[in-house]
Amino acid sequence: MKTMSRLLAATMLVAGLVSAAHAKTFVYCSEGSPEGFDPAPYASGTTHDASSVPVYSRLTEFEHGTTSVIPGLAESWDISEDGTVYTFHLRKGVKFHTTEYFKPTRDFNADDVIFSLTRQNDKNSPWYSYAGGSWEYWEGMDMPKLVKSLEKVDDYTVKLTLTSPNAPMLANLAMAFASIMSKEYADKLAAEGKQSDLNQLPIGTGPFQFVAYEKDAVIRYQAFADYWNGKPKIDDLVFAITPDASVRVQKLKAGECQAAPYPNPADIDALKTDSNIQLLDQAGLNIGYLAYNTLQKPFDDVRVRKALNMAINKKAIIDAVYQGTGQAAKNPIPPTMWSYNDQIQDDPYDPEAAKKLLAEAGVKDLSMKVWAMPVSRPYNPNARRMAELIQADFANVGVKVEIVSFEWAEYLKRGKEKTRDGALLQGWTGDNGDPDNFLFALLSCAAVDSGSNRAFWCNKDFTDLVTKAATVSDVAERTKLYEDAQVVFKKEAPWATIAHSTTYMPLAKSVTGYKVDPLGLHWFEQVDVAE
Amino acid sequence: MFGFILRRLSLLIPTFLGVSLVAFFFIRLLPGDPVLLLAGERGMSPDRYAELMHRFGFDLPLWQQFIYYFTDLLHGDFGTSISTKKPIFTEFFTLFPATLELSFCAVIFAVALGVPAGVIAAVKRNSWFDHTAMGTALVGYSMPIFWWALLLIIVFSVMLGWTPVSGRISLMFFFPKVTGFMLIDSLLSGKAGAFQSAMSHLILPTIVLGTIPLAVIARQTRSAMLEVLGEDYIRTAKAKGLSPFRVVAVHALRNALIPVITTIGLQIGVLMAGAILTETIFSWPGVGKWMVDSIFRRDYPAVQGGLVLIALIVMAVNLIVDMLYGLVNPKIRHQR
Repeated sequence: MKTMSRLLAATMLVAGLVSAAHAKTFVYCSEGSPEGFDPAPYASGTTHDASSVPVYSRLTEFEHGTTSVIPGLAESWDISEDGTVYTFHLRKGVKFHTTEYFKPTRDFNADDVIFSLTRQNDKNSPWYSYAGGSWEYWEGMDMPKLVKSLEKVDDYTVKLTLTSPNAPMLANLAMAFASIMSKEYADKLAAEGKQSDLNQLPIGTGPFQFVAYEKDAVIRYQAFADYWNGKPKIDDLVFAITPDASVRVQKLKAGECQAAPYPNPADIDALKTDSNIQLLDQAGLNIGYLAYNTLQKPFDDVRVRKALNMAINKKAIIDAVYQGTGQAAKNPIPPTMWSYNDQIQDDPYDPEAAKKLLAEAGVKDLSMKVWAMPVSRPYNPNARRMAELIQADFANVGVKVEIVSFEWAEYLKRGKEKTRDGALLQGWTGDNGDPDNFLFALLSCAAVDSGSNRAFWCNKDFTDLVTKAATVSDVAERTKLYEDAQVVFKKEAPWATIAHSTTYMPLAKSVTGYKVDPLGLHWFEQVDVAE
Repeated sequence: MFGFILRRLSLLIPTFLGVSLVAFFFIRLLPGDPVLLLAGERGMSPDRYAELMHRFGFDLPLWQQFIYYFTDLLHGDFGTSISTKKPIFTEFFTLFPATLELSFCAVIFAVALGVPAGVIAAVKRNSWFDHTAMGTALVGYSMPIFWWALLLIIVFSVMLGWTPVSGRISLMFFFPKVTGFMLIDSLLSGKAGAFQSAMSHLILPTIVLGTIPLAVIARQTRSAMLEVLGEDYIRTAKAKGLSPFRVVAVHALRNALIPVITTIGLQIGVLMAGAILTETIFSWPGVGKWMVDSIFRRDYPAVQGGLVLIALIVMAVNLIVDMLYGLVNPKIRHQR
C-alpha cells in the first residue's frame, strides 16, 4: 500500500512537472500591492498595472510603447463638425472572461460602455459609492465638466456628447479609469448583494483573466484564449509583490522573476553589465521643475526668475540626482511628446549674467526658501539633494537659500497655498500623452485655483493658446498652438525646468517583445519567454 | 492562580481604553490627511475636498469622531480601510498568520540558540567561548536589519543559490489558504516539495528577525546565570555531589529563566518593530508591512484598527508570559 501511494505521488509529481514545463509562466516582480481590481476609483500606477492593464480593455487604446491612440473596443468613431459629438462603433464578438465566479451569457455591447462610465458620474447610481465614491481620474481629467451625455444608440453604437470640443478626449478614453466592465456581471453581483466583489474578483475583456490574489504576496492571471486582440504568448502571468527595489534586482538575478521595475538609480550601472539581464530604457513622459511663486515679490519680476534659472547648473544636478539617467529640460513637456518645441533655446548656465540681471532688477541680498519634496518620485529621485545643489548654485549669485521640507501630505497641501514662501520642487508624470495634460493641467489660469499650478502663474496669452488647442481636432494646428505656448512659457519663466528622467525596465535575457510604456504602465500581452 | 489571572485581566481594561485613545489621536497628529494624499500632485478643488472629507466623516469634531470609532470598537467593528475599502478586521487577519508564523520561528530560533549560548558563556565565564559569544551578540544587536538582510540574500540566495530571495513559497505551488500558516497549509496541500519550499523560504527571514532577540536573550541568560551560580544553594548542590550538568540544568537554569522569560515576552514588541523591516525586504505579506503602508496613506481607520489589534495581541502575549512566570515562580502567583 505504501509503495502504491509512493508510486502515485511520484507519478503526480512527474505529471505536475510536465504540465509546468508546457505552461509558459512569466513572473513580474511588482513593486506594491493593488488597492483593488476596479481601476477607476484609484489613481496609482501600481493598481492600474494589476487591473486595467491585464484584465480590461477600453474603447480606445494606446499603441504599445507610444502615446498614439488606436481603436480598442471601439472599432472606429466619427466626430461631428463642431467637435462635440463622438459616435463610437463598437467591436462585435468581444468575449468577457469566463471564470469560476462568473460565466457570461452575452458578448460585450453598448450597455457595458454606458455602465462603466456613467457609474463614475451619476450620484444616483447604486455603483457610484460602492468603492467609497472617489473617482479620482474621472474628476482629475475634468470629465464631469466635459461630458454632457453618453447614450446608447443601438447595441453596437454609443454617442458621447461634450459640453465643448475637446481634442484630448480620445486619449482620456484610453486611460485606466475608462476601462470597460461587464454590466451583466455587475447586475449579478448587485442581485446577490455582493457589490464589493466587483473590486476584488474582476471580469473584463482584456488579455489575461484573473485567477487569484493573495494579499501583499502574489497575484495570478492566466492568458484569455478568446481575447479579441489575439491570445497572449505566455500562459500564466504572475505578479510577485516585492516592495524593496534592491530585493527586486536580486530576485531578477536569481531567476525568480523575469521583470523587475523601478530599479534604484544606483543599481543601473551594475545592471547594464550583467550578461543575464537586458536593460530597456525610454525617456520618461515627465518633468521635474522648480516653481517660483509668481504672486510674490521679487518672483513676480520675470527678470528675477530668468536670473535664477541661469544660475542653476542642470548638468551637475543630472549627474548627482539622476545618476546621469536623465536629460536637462528646457520645455515644460518632454521631448518624446508631440508638439515639443525644439527651436527653443534654454537659458544658459551663466552665473555672471545672472548676477547682472538680478542687479538690473534691483534685487540685493535676496534670501529665499526652496522647498524639497520628502519622497522620491520618478521625475525627481532625490529632491533634498537637488535642493542642496540649487542652494549652492544660488549662493554663487549672491542668493541665500533656506531649504524647507514637510511630510508629503503636508507638502502637497502647503505647496498649493498662494501665500507660499519661495520656490517649490515638484514634478509631473503624463497621464494620457496629450500636451494638454501638461500645459493646461499645470500652467493654465484654471489650474491656479485647483492648486496644480504651483507657480500660480496666470498668463492670458498662454492660457488662450492652450485652451484653443484643446478645442481644435487638427493635429497640425494643435501642434502650432502648443509650440507657441511653449515660447510664451520660456519667455515668462514661471518654472525652472530641471530634468526629464529616463525610465528603466530590467528584464531577464530570455524575454522578448517587451516595450517600455512612456505612460509608465507595464504591459505583458505581447511578451514571450524563450525556453 | 484564578485570582491572579482575574487581577491581570482587570488591568487590561484601562490599557485597552488608553491604546484606542492613543491610536486615534496619534495618527491624526501626523500632518496631512487621506483625502489630500488621494489627489497627490494633481490637486483637488476645495468643493471636492470638502465632499470627500464629509463622506469619510473627517469633517466632524474630533471628539465626535472618537465616540463613533470607540462605539464601533466596542461592537467589534474595527472600521473599513479607505484605500482597499475592505473591513480592517478581515485585512488584518488575512495577513496576521504570516507575521505570527515568522515571529514564532524567530523566537524559537532566538531561544534555541540564545539560552544555551548564554548558559555556556556563564558556566565558562571569561573563556574564549564567552568572549566570542558575547562579542557576536553585541554585533548582532547593533546590526542594521536592512543591511543584514541584503547581505544574507546576496550571499546565500544569489551567490550560493541555497535559499530563495523572497516570498513565502515557490510560485509553482498554488493551493487554497486553510490556516494562513504556510508550513501547515503546504503540508495540508499534499503537494510534493511544498513543505520543503515553505521551509526554505523561512530560513533567511527567521535569521534576520531573530538576530536581535537572540543577542538580547543570550546576554540576559548569561547575566542571570552568573547571578544564580553565585547563590548559596548552588554551592550546596555542588557540595551534595550532584553532577555539574544537574547543577546547571536543574538548579541554576530554572531560577535563571525567570528574568529570561520576561525578556522573551518583551521581545514580542521588538519583533513587531523588526517585522516591519523584515517583511518589507523579504516581501513577506504580514501586518508590519501593511501598517507602514497604511500610515503612509494616512488610512486612518486601518492605522487605528491595526494598532488596537496589535496592542490586544501584545497584551494577550504579556498575559500569557505573566502566567508562565507565575508557573515558574510560585512566589509571584501567591502575592497579594
